[in-house]
Amino acid sequence: MTPSDSTILRFEDVSLHFGATPALDHVSFEMQPGQTFVIQGAAGSGKTILLKVAVGLVRPDSGRVWLFGQEITHLREQDLFDLRTRVGILFQEGGLFDSLTVAENVAYPLINRRILHHAVKGSSNGNGDPAIEERVRETLRFVELEETLDKFPNELSGGMRRRVGIARAVVTEPALVLYDSPTAGLDPITAYTIISLILKERDQRNTATIMVTHRFQDGHLMANFRYNPNSGQIERAAGGSNSGQMSTKFLVMNAGRLVFEGTESEMQATQDPYVRKFLRLGGA
Amino acid sequence: MLDILKPAVEAFQDFVLLSVRAVRNIFRSPHYGDDILIQMDVIGVGSLFIVSLIGLFTGIVMALQMARALTIYGAQDQVGQIVSITLVRELGPVLTAVLVAGRNASGIASELGSMKVTEQIDAMRALGTDPIQKLVTPRLIATAVVLPLLTIISDFIGLAGGYFIASTMLGLTFSEYWTSAWQVLEYNDLAQGLIKPFVFAVVIALVGCFYGMRTSGGTQGVGRSTTSAVVSSSVWIFVLTAFITYVWNRAFAKQ
Ligand SMILES: Nc1ncnc2c1ncn2[C@@H]1O[C@H](COP(=O)(O)OP(=O)(O)O)[C@@H](O)[C@H]1O
Ligand SMILES: [Mg+2]
Repeated sequence: MTPSDSTILRFEDVSLHFGATPALDHVSFEMQPGQTFVIQGAAGSGKTILLKVAVGLVRPDSGRVWLFGQEITHLREQDLFDLRTRVGILFQEGGLFDSLTVAENVAYPLINRRILHHAVKGSSNGNGDPAIEERVRETLRFVELEETLDKFPNELSGGMRRRVGIARAVVTEPALVLYDSPTAGLDPITAYTIISLILKERDQRNTATIMVTHRFQDGHLMANFRYNPNSGQIERAAGGSNSGQMSTKFLVMNAGRLVFEGTESEMQATQDPYVRKFLRLGGA
Repeated sequence: MLDILKPAVEAFQDFVLLSVRAVRNIFRSPHYGDDILIQMDVIGVGSLFIVSLIGLFTGIVMALQMARALTIYGAQDQVGQIVSITLVRELGPVLTAVLVAGRNASGIASELGSMKVTEQIDAMRALGTDPIQKLVTPRLIATAVVLPLLTIISDFIGLAGGYFIASTMLGLTFSEYWTSAWQVLEYNDLAQGLIKPFVFAVVIALVGCFYGMRTSGGTQGVGRSTTSAVVSSSVWIFVLTAFITYVWNRAFAKQ
């Protein structure tokens, strides 16, 4: 029972242990194009690991994973490189290369994709390629950070670094973007800006999006708000009966297990005390 | 009992795996030449002064110690031979390697460790770069080239330190000292004196990278990795020098 080729991501009974403690415990789910997944759960419940398994950065002990319809469970790293060019990732700890400038960080995926595809030898850094430069500028303009091109990541504020991370994640226009705790440690206003950017990326390009977050209102925005290209703002989705909710799914993790999967209203209706905690504590 | 050993065995397996990959990558593209040069600069040029200084004082101290003993037997003219043999075979390689371990095994471990905990290494893999190719192999090549060179420099400066004592305190002439220092060395001494730093370099680079790449637990984890890398590579240097010396003596034993 292989998933249809259009399936973005599929986990089948995936487990992973570090020592005796399970980081993922028989996790199964399936994600279709155009869907948004919001993943919640306590610290250490396995959210980050789930994202890393999804792109083959960590291998599961058992179970199977498909990415873009291709099984990656036993794929060699070299073969994964190609698939991963279609995924953008914002890492929880940033993952920005601190020896490179902002512009070089954002150009990195473009240059590496070119090296992979043309099997160019050597460490060609592609500096000065006008097409790449223009795309980097455009992407930094997208996250409203064009003026930081030549700065180094550690010269930026936390919120700015997150935005550079988003720029690097989306610069190749990937079909799937993973955001690991994009608002963690940010003030509410900056957090709102970040979510707006994520919505803008999702709604302009119809990107499949997985977002890990502690804050319920991040998920609420993802499910019910849309980017309006005319106003350049996000606004409550028109579509009446929650057209947004149809494509936004909430997943809740507890100690490596997927304990809830459903829409926002289903989540609000659930009696499960652990899941309810994320509704109640969700308020900033 | 087996459970206690398990993590150690697993760690050793991981270390061997990392080493095999790092060495295999030497023969594979892409090659990150710039990174090799940068690392040579960090490790080589950065350590040159301290290595020279320690070399100089090692030569001086050895000549001072020997001068007293040799004078008793009226054999002062042999001071060059003794300084030369001990420096080239043993002290030059070991002291230089221990210094470089302190400076660079720690430097490598902390640099790679902070990249690990800030997910830069995951980001590299996610963006299609092999971190072993990009980070480990250049450091391995750079250290393996630079440490033997540093050792040669340290040996020479040590011999010069010995000459300073020999000429000022024992009254030896330039040619008395240097001729005996040079002539006593056999090819297998020189080979031993170069193979040791090469082996130590491999250990320093790989141990530093190994602890760096397996760092977990945030900033504190980086500190732990750094310490482990220095301690572990220093211990290995002493173990390996004993081993190599033993093997060497058996291979080249005079009848
Ligand atoms: N490299 C690792 N080594 C050992 N344990 C790990 C590692 N990475 C994650 N874990 C453990 O796996 C569990 C899930 O971690 P993670 O996915 O990072 O949680 P979170 O939901 O906070 O993102 C935690 O118990 C964590 O301690
Ligand atoms: Mg996490």
